[in-house]
Amino acid sequence: MERIPILRMGRLLLVTIQVDMHDQLAVSLQDDLTNRIVKDKARGVLIDISALDVVDSFIGRMISNIAAMARILDARTVVVGMQPAVAITLVELGLELPGVRTALNVERGMALLQSQDD
Amino acid sequence: MTQNDSLALVQILRDQEQPLMADWMNNLLSASGSAVADDRLKDQCMHLLRGLRQALQTGQVRHIQGPEWADVRQLLTEISHSRARQGATPRETALFVFSLKQALFSRLREVLGAKPEQLAEQTWLISSVLDELGLFTIEVYQKSREEVISRQQQEMMELSTPVVQLWEGILALPVIGTLDSERTQVVMESLLQKIVETGASIAIVDITGVPTVDTLVAQHLLKTVAAARLMGADCIISGIRPQIAQTIVHLGVDLEDVATKATLADAFTLALRKSGAVIGASAR
Repeated sequence: MERIPILRMGRLLLVTIQVDMHDQLAVSLQDDLTNRIVKDKARGVLIDISALDVVDSFIGRMISNIAAMARILDARTVVVGMQPAVAITLVELGLELPGVRTALNVERGMALLQSQDD
Repeated sequence: MTQNDSLALVQILRDQEQPLMADWMNNLLSASGSAVADDRLKDQCMHLLRGLRQALQTGQVRHIQGPEWADVRQLLTEISHSRARQGATPRETALFVFSLKQALFSRLREVLGAKPEQLAEQTWLISSVLDELGLFTIEVYQKSREEVISRQQQEMMELSTPVVQLWEGILALPVIGTLDSERTQVVMESLLQKIVETGASIAIVDITGVPTVDTLVAQHLLKTVAAARLMGADCIISGIRPQIAQTIVHLGVDLEDVATKATLADAFTLALRKSGAVIGASAR
């Protein structure tokens, strides 16, 4: 089955969503990521959704949930690279992702996570 | 209605084209107040007369929506369009068709003067046809005017939502005019697009030019702020006039999570500080 790769960089986890997100994939990502956070003792999670150009309420909720789960496991989540159209859709859906940190690109997101690490 | 009913009309239109034209032009010119007819107008009249004749010949005189009238409709559409663009009044546009009536009626009287029954019938026939055509002209005229208005609206919308870069990583969005849903969409799109292009991390939304803020406008503002945040940019709302501050509180709009400043200058200072720049008087 198709899976979204989770890369480890020191104590950070990097998730790059390069394929069209469907519901099953989102659920398995949620599973994998929580497992990896625990296993790798990760302090931060960076989710790059720059390749994602379609979202629905389910995916939006899933992103929000993943961030909440990571926070409980004491890892901060930054969502980076959101497309303008995706941002507008999420806002129109009323999913403003409160509590989720955001950054324009991977570089900025990484800087944000590292600045909080200290 | 049989084909013969319109026969006398067709004959007039065919045999007396030139005098009919002259009469019509006279009526048109006296109604519009101008002295000379240009070639364009003559051309249009000539085409309309011929189109009318051809359509009447087919015998389908009751329904001008039918395919027999396609040429006439096409011609009238073009005329209405061009008049609407040139700023002619609806009256002038309608007169183009209606002024043909008198010319035709007097010809009809000459030809059918001895047969009052037929005369009445023919008069009624052409009258109803011309009425229909006149209404059609006005309809098209109206539609083209509406197109002009909506195009201007579109242009105004694009003109009034510029996103300017104030500093490396700092954008300003001066909103002018009322924020309705459609405007918000355009504002949001252009702001987010600019954030991507410039890699800005701070956006200042200046509402000095927004005359009134109600709950809907506030909601649209908050939407814009939320969308910018999702893209990783912080928003500052500036240009809040005292009156508007009062309104916002009275309405119970929650702006707690958004940085707000009274003037664009204050917001810019805050933005510079957030981005790590230092401002001060230079040492002499």
